[in-house]
Amino acid sequence: MRIITELARWAIPFLLFFVPLYAYFRKVPVYESFVEGAEDGFKTAVKIIPFLIGMLVSIRIFVDSGALELAIDLLKPFFLRMGWNPEILGIIPLAIMRPLSGSGSLGVATQLIHQYGADSFIGRLASTLQGSTDTTFFVLAVYFGAVGIKKHRYALKVGLLADVTGLIASVWVVSKIFG
Amino acid sequence: MVNLIWLIMLISGIVIAGLNGNIDQVTVSALKAAELGIEVAIQLMGIMSLWLGLMNLAEKAGLIQSLARICSPVVRKLFPSLRPDSPAFGPIIMNLCANILGLGNAATPFGLKAMQELQNENSTPDTASPAMITFLALNTSCITIIPATIIGVRMKAGSSNPTEIIGTTIFATACAMAAAILADFFFRKRNRV
Repeated sequence: MRIITELARWAIPFLLFFVPLYAYFRKVPVYESFVEGAEDGFKTAVKIIPFLIGMLVSIRIFVDSGALELAIDLLKPFFLRMGWNPEILGIIPLAIMRPLSGSGSLGVATQLIHQYGADSFIGRLASTLQGSTDTTFFVLAVYFGAVGIKKHRYALKVGLLADVTGLIASVWVVSKIFG
Repeated sequence: MVNLIWLIMLISGIVIAGLNGNIDQVTVSALKAAELGIEVAIQLMGIMSLWLGLMNLAEKAGLIQSLARICSPVVRKLFPSLRPDSPAFGPIIMNLCANILGLGNAATPFGLKAMQELQNENSTPDTASPAMITFLALNTSCITIIPATIIGVRMKAGSSNPTEIIGTTIFATACAMAAAILADFFFRKRNRV
């Protein structure tokens, strides 16, 4: 684990050191090429603004109004009937939040970890779930929006299926290992 | 489907806020969220410029092409509709590498670049191509070997072993990724036009 953590620390400095140096030896005009590429960053960031705002407004109203909590209350009996341990139900807010918003789900995960304790079952489950999938809605809206795709076809289905699998796998593996 | 979910979140939120006597919250939330959108975009502007600048350097030096060649046997299998020398492979591979290392900030610029390259090869510009959906599926479910942020949260919450969840995270994300690849394969076959 130490090696992996060290690798992560060195990854960005290494890239910033190695790529320009290597390019220089390959006779690439380093500074000019960097600037030329960087120009695209500005354009793309501006292009995704409407999609960001559209998604954020809808999600924020859904969460802040209490509609999310209501949805969680409605879902609880369903999970209980499926034979889930009542203890696991604490994870539902995070499970719903995860595909919607990255910062939102990090907030929920942090709150759960503090509420139940980092080394509790829910704490470990929340940590695993938070680390294991990405914000499907957001990536979808922003990535497709940036290039002007209007018909998403089966993309959302695939993304949500992966999220559900991630949730079930998290519950299973955390119960199995830390049980 | 996105249209419907977007509308449901918006309408149900407003109705429930109204019923709870909390209608002012809707105004505050809407305006705050719109502001946040600009903040995120401005943050992203700097980071995107940095990584796309560096990537342009790497591309001119031939580094991206070498990396794409090393990874291509696996990645090419996942994108059967792309030409073997497609310029989309470079940013796709960079995006997946950044995701695996948990460098979320670096992953987005490469991801957007990859989408642009995929769009250049898309024969129906308003409809997602199969390769785009495969890429999104991989992207949202990608294996992360260092969930750095959550380890930090656990540390602050006084965990006796903040990194103990790395193993379970890798397992869960591997399952999610496998499901994404299988589901994508299944729907791609079924939706072939």
